[in-house]
Order: sequence, then structure tokens, then C-alpha cells
Amino acid sequence: MTTIVFIIVLVIFAANLHDAGATTMDPCLESMKTASLPDLPYAYDALEPAISEEIMRLHHQKHHQTYVTQYNKALNSLRSAMADGDHSAVVKLQSLIKFNGGGHVNHAIFWKILAPVHEGGGKPPHDPLSSAIDAHFGSLEGLIQKMNAEGASVQGSGWVWLGLDRELKRLVVETTANQDPLVTKGTHLVPLIGIDVWEHAYYPQYKNARAEYLKNIWSVINWKYAADVFEKHSRDLDTN
Amino acid sequence: MAIRCVASRKTLAGLKETSSRLIGFRGIQTFTLPDLPYDYGALEPAISGEIMQIHHQKHHQTYVTNYNNALEQLDQAVSKGGTSAVVKLQSAIKFNGGGHVNHSIFWKNLAPVKEGGGEPPKGSLGSAIDTHFGSLEGLVKKMSAEGAAVQGSGWVWLGLDKELKKLVVDTTANQDPLVTKGGSLVPLVGIDVWEHAYYLQYKNVRPEYLKNVWKVINWKYASEIYEKECN
Repeated sequence: MTTIVFIIVLVIFAANLHDAGATTMDPCLESMKTASLPDLPYAYDALEPAISEEIMRLHHQKHHQTYVTQYNKALNSLRSAMADGDHSAVVKLQSLIKFNGGGHVNHAIFWKILAPVHEGGGKPPHDPLSSAIDAHFGSLEGLIQKMNAEGASVQGSGWVWLGLDRELKRLVVETTANQDPLVTKGTHLVPLIGIDVWEHAYYPQYKNARAEYLKNIWSVINWKYAADVFEKHSRDLDTN
Repeated sequence: MAIRCVASRKTLAGLKETSSRLIGFRGIQTFTLPDLPYDYGALEPAISGEIMQIHHQKHHQTYVTNYNNALEQLDQAVSKGGTSAVVKLQSAIKFNGGGHVNHSIFWKNLAPVKEGGGEPPKGSLGSAIDTHFGSLEGLVKKMSAEGAAVQGSGWVWLGLDKELKKLVVDTTANQDPLVTKGGSLVPLVGIDVWEHAYYLQYKNVRPEYLKNVWKVINWKYASEIYEKECN
């Protein structure tokens, strides 16, 4: 009798093992949240005259929304491909996930690093970020000059960033192509300020004059956000 | 009034006859913005006059200006033996030279409707398109899809692979010319999918621009290139 029960238990155990190998999906993937378009923290015309209402509306409701939609679509396809064990498809989807997911990540940051003038847009950063900027770039003007030069010389579409390198404990200015997030330039990089230099970010207002857009955008840069992120990470770095 | 489109090149090499001081790399050429073969408004409603004017007078002109600057700097770097400097300049040369090459082709790829823009290709190119893509509609569909899917800035091309003797559809990033995708590729039709090529008129809707641009594609030019390369 014991032997029969033992065999039955073994059979049930084996059956479960078989099921686990063939059909069980990581529950994390199943319950994966879909991305959604974050609300803008201000009215579409609140950044004028630096950035026109027309641009803000298109940029948020069309471009960012499209990244969100396509990202969710790609994640869905990824889910199916993984369930099917279709590794070719999984790999093939990475480009869409990187591009659209990156577009979502980058723009979600972008709306936060902009602010209307009456809500502090353009106001220089407080310490400790302010001192760090002076230490690394000589002055805020020095940093702005560097970011403008690098942003203007991005070939094609991309972003220019002020980042914190958590490993080297220093500020960096970096550019990324297309919708690559800053982290693709170094996993220890934390974005503090990111400026979109895709043509859609400025064209209806500035046409081909990207340098003019870069000159004006600083009047609506939300240094408070950057300073808060920097302070938080600086605290974390100090306590580690 | 059609103005013949020629990329005019002033060359200092011509001075070689008069000055013995010009040696080696000093035969450097400067490039100039080619004239558009039609008025800025001639491609409407497919492409607005505003876009054509800015695209030609600002974007293409800037590529020409920066290309000439980069070549000047290259000349100096080569004569001073600064290999690092020479290598560092390649990015600016590729980007701006590519921009000049690509846009020079682009203006020829377009034509007003009354000058044949949009008229399907006849002759050997027409047959080749049917052979390789099933039909002109098939080719247009493929190019529009690939053009819409370019991530960031770039171009979508119909090219002739001289070596394999077949037509290909390909895309290039930024201002990379088609030849960067294969040394034996000859561009027949190139469509600019940078946002500056359509944004003022079509906003974010690149597929709509791609749908409409075919009405002003100059298949006559593409056919001429094709026939020339095939013989």
C-alpha cells in the first residue's frame, strides 16, 4: 500500500514538473503594468515664449502618447513570444522596446525638468547641486554653454543630458541618440536634466535653428527637480 | 521655369596651371548649394513651399557650409600630420558630406506634377520593379512602411545593387548615404524622413507625408540612372 501511494505521489510530482517546464510563466510578466501617458504638471501654454503651446501639445499628446502606445504593444508581443518560447521573436522585439520604452522614459523625465517661470522655471539650482556645478564646470553659465554646444552638434535625433555618475561621484554632460535613455551611456548615470533635441521638440517655433531653441529653453528649466534628485542621490552615496 | 540642377564645384585644382605652389592635397574643392530645378511652391500640395524653402536654403545650405569647413580643416590636419585630428574630422565629413550628397539627389528625385512628378516609371525600371516587388504599388507600400519605421532621423531608398543586379529597398540613419549600406548600391529614389522634411505640414504624421510624396516622385530621373547603370 505504501508503495502504491509512493508511486502515485511520484507520478503527481512528475506531472507537476512537466507542467512547470512547459507552461508556467513568470507571474511578474503576467501582472506587468502597462505604461500610460503621464499628465503634464502645467498647462500647454505655460512654457511660452520659450516653448510654444503648439509644440507642447503635439509633443505630449502625439509623440509621447505614440511611444506609450507602441511600448505597450511591444510588451504585449513580448509576452506572447516568451510564452511561445519564440526566442527569435523575443530578440527581434528588443529594438521596438528600446525605442518606444526609451521614448516613454525620456519624455516622462522631460516634462518634469521643465516648469513655468512663475513656478520656478529658469531659477538657478540650490545647493548641493549648485556647488557641484561650479566645481565641475566652473559656473552655471559654463555648464549651459557646454550643454548647448553638445546639444547643437547631435547628428540627427537625440538628447543632451546633465547626469550624475553615481560611481565616480561626479557630474557629466552626455548625449544619447534617438530615444536611448542616459543609462545606455553608463549604468551608473542618473539623469538630472535632459533636453530633447529631436526636431519635433522645436521645429514649428524655431524651424532649423536648434541653437536658438537651446538658448531659450534654459528660462524654463526646472532646476528644483534636478537639485532634488541630485540631493537624494548624494545622500545615498554618502551613507553607502 | 526649370533651372538646371547642377552641383557646381569651384575647384582650386584649376589654379594648378598658374601656381606651382599648389601641391598634393591643396587641390581641395569647395562645394555649393545646387539650385532647385523648380520653384519652392511647385511641389504643392504634396510638399509645402515653406518646407521646400527651409529645407533647401537652410538645411541643405548648412550641410554644404559645414562640409566645406570640415574639408578645409581636413586639409590643414593632413598637411600638419595630425592623424588624431584627421580621424576626428571624419564624423563631420560623413554627416555634412552625406547631407550634401543625399539632398542633391533628393531635389532630383522630386518633380512638379506638370513636369512628370508622380508618373509611373516605364521601360526597364518599370519592369524591374514589377519583377522584384510585384508591382509599383508593392514597392511604394514597402518603402512607405520602412520609411515610417525608421527610428529617429534617416532616409528610405530604392537602390540598384550593381553587383547582384537587383533592386533593393533600404534605409539609412541620419545623413548616411546609401553607399554606406553596400559599396555596390546606387541610389535611384531617396526619401528624406527627417522630421524637418515634413513636420511643418504633416506634424508627427510621417506616414501621411510618405503617402503623399509619391505624387511628386520623379521616376524619369530614377529610370535614367537605372538604364545608365545597367548598360
